[in-house]
Amino acid sequence: MHKKMAFSFPDEVLEHVFSFIQSDKDRNAVSMVCKSWYEIERWCRRKVFVGNCYAVSPRMVIRRFPEFRSIELKGKPHFADFNLVPDGWGGYVFPWIAEMAGAYPWLEEIRLKRMVVTDESLELIAKSFKNFKVLVLSSCEGFSTDGLAAIAASCKNLKELDLRDCEVDDLSAHWLSHFPETYTSLVSLNISCLGSDEVSFSALERLVGRCTNLKTLRLNRAVPLDKIANILRHAPQLVEFGTGTYTADVRPDVYSDLAGAFSSCKELKSLSGFWDVVPDYLPAIYPVCSKLTSLNLSYATIQSPDLIKLVSHCPNLQRLLVLDYIEDSGLEVLASSCKDLQELRVFPSDPFGAEPNVSLTERGLVAVSLGCPKLQSVLYFCRRMSNEALVTIARNRPNFTRFRLCIIEPKTADYLTLEPLDVGFGAIVQYCKDLRRLSLSGLLTDRVFEYIGTYAKKLEMLSVAFAGDSDLGLHHVLSGCESLRKLEIRDCPFGDKALLANAAKLETMRSLWMSSCAVSFAACKLLGQKMPRLNVEVIDERGPPDSRPENCPVDKLYIYRSIAGPRFWIEAFMRNLLGFSSFDLKNECLRHDWSGNIIWRLFKALRARLPYVSPLPELSGTPRNELIKRWKLRLLCNQSKYVGCLSCSHYTSMQLYRQELDQTIHAKVLSKLE
Amino acid sequence: MSSENGKRLLETDAGCLNFEATELTLGLPGEPRVTSDGGAKLGSKRGFSETVDLKLGDNSQEVKLGHSLQEAAKSPASKTQVVGWPPVRGFAKRGKKSCKYVKVAVDGAPYLRKVDLEIYNSYQQLLTSLEDMFSCFTIRNYLNEKQIDQVNGIEYMPTYEDKDGDWMLVGDVPWQMFVESCKRLRLMKSSEAVGLGLKTAPKYSSTN
Repeated sequence: MHKKMAFSFPDEVLEHVFSFIQSDKDRNAVSMVCKSWYEIERWCRRKVFVGNCYAVSPRMVIRRFPEFRSIELKGKPHFADFNLVPDGWGGYVFPWIAEMAGAYPWLEEIRLKRMVVTDESLELIAKSFKNFKVLVLSSCEGFSTDGLAAIAASCKNLKELDLRDCEVDDLSAHWLSHFPETYTSLVSLNISCLGSDEVSFSALERLVGRCTNLKTLRLNRAVPLDKIANILRHAPQLVEFGTGTYTADVRPDVYSDLAGAFSSCKELKSLSGFWDVVPDYLPAIYPVCSKLTSLNLSYATIQSPDLIKLVSHCPNLQRLLVLDYIEDSGLEVLASSCKDLQELRVFPSDPFGAEPNVSLTERGLVAVSLGCPKLQSVLYFCRRMSNEALVTIARNRPNFTRFRLCIIEPKTADYLTLEPLDVGFGAIVQYCKDLRRLSLSGLLTDRVFEYIGTYAKKLEMLSVAFAGDSDLGLHHVLSGCESLRKLEIRDCPFGDKALLANAAKLETMRSLWMSSCAVSFAACKLLGQKMPRLNVEVIDERGPPDSRPENCPVDKLYIYRSIAGPRFWIEAFMRNLLGFSSFDLKNECLRHDWSGNIIWRLFKALRARLPYVSPLPELSGTPRNELIKRWKLRLLCNQSKYVGCLSCSHYTSMQLYRQELDQTIHAKVLSKLE
Repeated sequence: MSSENGKRLLETDAGCLNFEATELTLGLPGEPRVTSDGGAKLGSKRGFSETVDLKLGDNSQEVKLGHSLQEAAKSPASKTQVVGWPPVRGFAKRGKKSCKYVKVAVDGAPYLRKVDLEIYNSYQQLLTSLEDMFSCFTIRNYLNEKQIDQVNGIEYMPTYEDKDGDWMLVGDVPWQMFVESCKRLRLMKSSEAVGLGLKTAPKYSSTN
């Protein structure tokens, strides 16, 4: 008797069916069905998502998906946004670009989040991918307008250039002029993060004028108000627009010009920008308010009455970002005017002030939770909260998927009862069964974690600060939250026990961040040894952890699953160097197109470990090549004094697991230098 | 509430907006901190379990460190700032900022300072300013050590941490490059500089 597979479609049919499956999760599930599906799926996957750039190596991705067109990479952990990750930790995109440049001339889209992108990376993108279309850099850093100029000059088919929340070195405003006059394909441009006191307005206007498909334009603060009307008139088809500085002397002609320009934009759905906003000019946008679905006023330092007026004009609002100047009263108006509201973010205008400067309390959030039936995502900064309010909110709005509450003062108790807020957050996780993301704050004991472990079965990301009493808290979360992917914790008394008891859980998650907790170095080492598919990284700015007793708590800990093995970027650099038979540092580096970077890093790494050497005489105006030549000489002179680990000072902790390898590299370097 | 951990004031994103608040740290003056496991580490950040009471009324230290510290110690606790809290992004960008504040730590000193590198034009200006800033400290050391004339003399090596996390010697690179890449300064005791004793004092050109 033979059993035939019930389904044995030809590959092409399966491939066609798979082409309708876009989400990564589904694609991953499809590839796990059987070997043949895995094979078929990998050849036709066009979009790759890598949630942690160190979980896998570029080569592995390319090997598995030979024909992707679009890649999304994420680098640093989320807490990097709040300065908790030291500079130099990593997240360099260059190795990815370098690998893809060789393998994938047809790559079209690159989306990066929290990565370090150098001008070299941008230049490599510009020259390697002939059909490059989309570049989205979110919260990235490390590049300058020179890199942008390269992209502008070379990418003839570029449709999207989005630099949201990046830190860019503004060297020259003229990068915009590098878009050739023949270039017209721009659909989306977001340069809101650029500083630069001078923006080439004429280049901008010409660009906007000739790109008739432009749908999204988010300007930077430097673009003055009186330029906006002209720009809008060049692009009345805009759907999303971000102003520059929204202030000027009040002049009727400027005002009517502006109002007229806005009126002509019949498709506008989203507005942002509004730096330095002057209330007198706000009514200029009223003509478009009735169609607005998204409004970002997080830079608009205007008071509640003006905000209320504005918000009352936007009945179709789905997304609102605003400062706490809106106050409870403003949120009450929002609740009654904007019944379609889905996402609300209220930011603190004075986060470091000891006293509240506005009247924004739990009342505002309660009002919105009651009045807005579609509300599912909230980020709310306030200074007081009560269990009663949280329970009310949870009952009002069980459809929350993202609930992030930040009570500004750590460990603030329920202001009515002075109890911890365990019960309140417990209600949130109990009623909101589809909750995927939760951020806690206020005074919290282990009990809140018991609630979370018991009820938050769909929770994927949890952020915890200044909470809990003992390891039991962490244990509840790790053992109870089945869908947990990302956990970030700071300043909590969680230690070794819960971590080690739930070691296996960590492999089912993307990452765990713990800083200023009570996890000992010994436990980290043990975890690293027992779990080879976890990278256990200790970041300790006090110095190498082995200079302290092993039971001493580490400062910061980042654990993530990886099939790429422990990372050690210096090693990668060195491996490339050591492959050369004639070891001429400078020439090899230049040939390898890494310019002086390797020399520079090598010099610095050695320098950090060398005994005191007198500094070079002042090298004013010395071009970089000259510097490199001189450093090379110094390197060779000083190599006999070289001892220690070839690395940056705060990476030493990560190399503790790789000491033998270090020594081998050292020896090789020394022999090559002779 | 947050001060119960006694955290040192550390640089936050809103650095220049809170310059006054973060200029001095509120830590035990002078003495290395004894941690719960007995290890002592001067200037280390404390973990959650290592809470230390602020001994603000410590008279002997107040006299040595001078009037300004005494003033700061007595002022009502302005909010001690914790790194990365509250979790707001790029807050400093909301105001205009063209200052480049970096922390300056001096080995053995009980407090940090912040300097704005943008106000100097050369290494010489910076170092002269540092000398003035830490003069009370050097006086203190004068009591203990044999010879210390200047902060950038034989006893102290001005070093800095750059954007890549590497510790460099102040003076290695052209001034402008230094301003752009410097993240923080540390005046390191020369005896701690790894390896042999010094043969020559560093020389810094006065112009960029």
